[in-house]
Amino acid sequence: MLEAVLQKKLRDYSLDLNLTVNSGEIMVLMGMNGSGKSTTLNIIAGLLEPDRASITLNGELICRTDDGIDVAVEDRKIGYVLQNSAVFPHMSVKENVAYGLKARHIAADEIARRVGYWMEHINIADLAEVKAGNLSGGQKQRVALARALAIEPSLLMMDEPFTALDAESTQTVKDLTIKFIRKLSIPCIVVTHRLTDSTEIGDRACVLCHGKKEWEGVPTEMPGFCSVCHCRD
Amino acid sequence: MTFWKPRSVQLKKKLAFAGAGILIAAVTLYLFLPILAVFLRITPERFFQTLQDPNVISALWLSMITTIITLIIVVAVGTPFAYFHSRYSYPGKVIVDTLIDLPLVLPPAVAGVALLMLYGRVGLLGKYFNMVGIQIAFTTLAVIMAQIFVASPFYLRQAKSLFEQIDPAYEQTSRTLGASPVRTLFLVTLPMTTSGLISGAVMTFGRALGEFGATIMFAGNVPGTTQTMPLAVYVGMQGDFYVGLTISILLVIISFAIMIAVRLIQKREEQHA
Repeated sequence: MLEAVLQKKLRDYSLDLNLTVNSGEIMVLMGMNGSGKSTTLNIIAGLLEPDRASITLNGELICRTDDGIDVAVEDRKIGYVLQNSAVFPHMSVKENVAYGLKARHIAADEIARRVGYWMEHINIADLAEVKAGNLSGGQKQRVALARALAIEPSLLMMDEPFTALDAESTQTVKDLTIKFIRKLSIPCIVVTHRLTDSTEIGDRACVLCHGKKEWEGVPTEMPGFCSVCHCRD
Repeated sequence: MTFWKPRSVQLKKKLAFAGAGILIAAVTLYLFLPILAVFLRITPERFFQTLQDPNVISALWLSMITTIITLIIVVAVGTPFAYFHSRYSYPGKVIVDTLIDLPLVLPPAVAGVALLMLYGRVGLLGKYFNMVGIQIAFTTLAVIMAQIFVASPFYLRQAKSLFEQIDPAYEQTSRTLGASPVRTLFLVTLPMTTSGLISGAVMTFGRALGEFGATIMFAGNVPGTTQTMPLAVYVGMQGDFYVGLTISILLVIISFAIMIAVRLIQKREEQHA
């Protein structure tokens, strides 16, 4: 379970957000460009310093600015899949999936086991030796998902993971995400700006507007307007 | 009239092609003929005979050693410099950017004078070095310093631009996967820029090898100590003509090899893009 209270002054507004995501639940974070979605993920991941924050993951405090607690990015065990997938183009698919495990100094036989497991379950086993730079957008996103899940994260975050994908690849990545979030029973945050994504993948949705929570609930009940600044009227 | 118009268009096309062909041939010949003239002025026997001249061997060795040392220093210092410079904002960054490019437009002789004013025997810093018995100007060290000054911008500009082009998402992802900043640098950032960095290093090597103006001003022209290949060409053309010609041919061959190397690296980059 993720519990986050975040505050950060940005250029045009202040991000001020309370977020709770249960284990095995997919929370869809929505909002216009610049509403603070990616900033939220970056603060939780530890890539961006908040002005004030308290972040608890499965009962473990990973950040509390008031007490000077700030676990380093590499020690947070958060799987983060970005929009452009960021698979390392000079490495093979197999090396990409093994990257996080090697960085965490996991034993070689365990690395081989986990890499084999995830490549098989994410359907990329036949691409094992292919250089990641030569993959299609959908294949890259699957590799990014396998790589993020291989480290056995306590939280999975995906920033606009479907934007660059065709309809078939989008559906594949959505199905795989739902399947493994349920199976691993970890919280998951998916940032998207498409309403269809939220209804198809999200258990709950949170709409941000200028850094504030505008609405939260079941995606199918999401209003089509913005009650805060009317930016979606 | 109906036949006239198409024929006119065809004629115009032919004239345009002919004009373009003449222009391309003229520019190519202008650049190539002087190089050809250097090769045609000496027989192969005379070339190989002059290659054994002590002045040629001495200049060749000095140039190679100083240029390799220059390259090592530029890559070792320039790579982390370019990385930090591209990753962080700091006061005066724009000024540093301009200063990096300055040696590219500064006449090399002026660069030599500037180095002399700083490190010369009565220079701004040189006088203090001189007080403790260290002389920099007119030594082999001065040759290396002059080469670094004029050639390093080629590498720094290339490295800076490469690091700026890398999407931060790669490094951020690496960190979230559990890699330290150092591991990320060596396993993600540097491998993604290797071809470009090699290309920049090759250009730096070429510029350092051909350095003349700054070297003669700051390091002088002492055979065996500061007389590099370009300086030996200059001396040779005033004395032993064939020494100058032989070293010129060597420099042309090395320059050509450098250009081929850069082209091959660029081609490889395009294939991997």
